[in-house]
Amino acid sequence: MVANELTAAIAAHAQPKLFPDSTPYSSLSSEYIHLIALQFKNTAREIEIAALQKDIIPERYTRNMKMLSVQDQIRLLSASATIVGLGGLGGYVTEILARAGVGHLNLIDGDVFEESNLNRQLMSTADTIGTSKADVAAKRVSLINPSIAVHSKCVNLDAHNAPKIIESPDVVVDCLDNIRTRFILERAAKKKNVPLVSAAVAGVSGHITTIFPQDEGLKLVFGDRITADGRGAEAALGNLPSIVNLTAAYESSEVIKILLNRGMLLRNKLQVIDLMDNTFEIFDLK
Amino acid sequence: MSEHIQIKLFANLNRLMPTSPNAFPISPPVTVAQVLLQLKVPLNQAKLIFVNSQRAELSTTLKDGDRLGVFPPVGGG
Repeated sequence: MVANELTAAIAAHAQPKLFPDSTPYSSLSSEYIHLIALQFKNTAREIEIAALQKDIIPERYTRNMKMLSVQDQIRLLSASATIVGLGGLGGYVTEILARAGVGHLNLIDGDVFEESNLNRQLMSTADTIGTSKADVAAKRVSLINPSIAVHSKCVNLDAHNAPKIIESPDVVVDCLDNIRTRFILERAAKKKNVPLVSAAVAGVSGHITTIFPQDEGLKLVFGDRITADGRGAEAALGNLPSIVNLTAAYESSEVIKILLNRGMLLRNKLQVIDLMDNTFEIFDLK
Repeated sequence: MSEHIQIKLFANLNRLMPTSPNAFPISPPVTVAQVLLQLKVPLNQAKLIFVNSQRAELSTTLKDGDRLGVFPPVGGG
């Protein structure tokens, strides 16, 4: 009964609209999504999913809908991702996944923003210096897309807390800034049987790979974890914002493909990028 | 008949690139390690080595036309 009333309320507030290519669709605005959510004591995300199930498109996702099916968008809204490290890579990954409509985001970083982050870290502004990266990222997600359930943890990942704080999401995203902690995260993700997308940057170079629980993973990239150093070439080179943004976009794309079970993934492969001479190449790790 | 390889050094190894990276002369038999030493690349910095887009080792032997790519450890986020 309530479900019928909910469907009726959604249908009553839907508006006929046209895509840029003039094909028609039925649209539901964010304003009505929140009103209906309040009225029926549901979350906005549940209202969005209920609308999509009736082929009514929440207006904020309309530009996704020529690339994603209604079922794909429901899948993203029902999915969860844990993003570890909310600096350069993690800020952009959080932004992209929130805009795409990934329904649950678990954001982990124990650091606060510093002035030296301003050249490349999306969430750092003059106003957020000294503020928790996790808190700023969570606030940004709620401003972009209040339908998303966001949990922020102002804590640095270590071997002791890793299994607990990454929870049991559909995918984990490695946006960390040192090699040693990446291995800790990989071990925790494998233990939870969750795929991991991992990327690293230095200067104008970056690389991205996707690791499923049964894959060999980071040791193919960094060697044995015992001999892997903490910091890499980024300590000498810093990072330009362009490579950070681009590499994060690549990571986000892998996450979305994993969640949708679609497209080609970088399993046992390394996408390498160098923006100075426009090198884009996929290397075989095995 | 001289033989040549292509060389691409990533990140902070880039400054050690030879002047003609697309036609670097080699005299076979030669290994990745020998080429890197010639370029003054510290071998402990050659973390990830690729020959013709396949993962390779310092001991991998190079031949005419091979494409060598080398990454130092990169961990920034």
